[in-house]
Amino acid sequence: MRAEPNTVLKSLSDPTRRALFERLSREGELTVHALTAPSGVSQPAVSKHLHGLKAAGLVRDRRDGRETYYRAMPDGLTPLFDWLKFYSTFWQSRFDRLGDLLKRMDQ
Amino acid sequence: MSMPAADSLSVVVEREFPYPAEKIWRALTQPHLIQEWLMQNDFKPVLDHRFNLRADWGAVDCRVVAVEPHKTLSYTWAAYGLESVVTWTLAPTSTGTHLRMEQSGFRQDQQQAYRGAKGGWQKFFAGLEKVVGGLS
Repeated sequence: MRAEPNTVLKSLSDPTRRALFERLSREGELTVHALTAPSGVSQPAVSKHLHGLKAAGLVRDRRDGRETYYRAMPDGLTPLFDWLKFYSTFWQSRFDRLGDLLKRMDQ
Repeated sequence: MSMPAADSLSVVVEREFPYPAEKIWRALTQPHLIQEWLMQNDFKPVLDHRFNLRADWGAVDCRVVAVEPHKTLSYTWAAYGLESVVTWTLAPTSTGTHLRMEQSGFRQDQQQAYRGAKGGWQKFFAGLEKVVGGLS
């Protein structure tokens, strides 16, 4: 399953979600408890944000006993990089065509 | 894999052309000329004008958000599940015109979020290098 770039951006445009994703990217797998402790946000709110990140394909969860562990999914960012790659190539080729057109407009 | 610009998700292409800005402006704003290098369209250089760009790979929904003749042109660009903004800037040089195109992958509300946490984004993208390094 691949999320659309908008879903990924939307998910990351929230500062709390971004901070959670950043922390998971940096520190690896963490429990909801560990993620809640320094965040200044209640545990239900953290859980809700984690569900949002999961829906966007940015994190994955795993249950172990009473704890739920989350980890960052690097592939979740792929839609953003695909978008950048597509448009970089697209605009380069369009600039070439624009140059050709401007040359023709001279004549 | 290359990283996006540290402070935003955007594509920038710049090129110098040996022509005056007026001429490039025509190519950017006249439908029959736009069609020659970009896509089929019903563009008008009028603020808030909604138009489509059509190509074999699909259609793009656009709306003009800034027009300053011979200087700058900006329109929203909604396609591929993301609304972005394309901004053209023309700057005269001693030998012609410097043309800059920036496509920024943020919608209005996201731009606000982005401005509100600029430092956060920079830190965020820096912190992502490790993760992105693992992408094939």
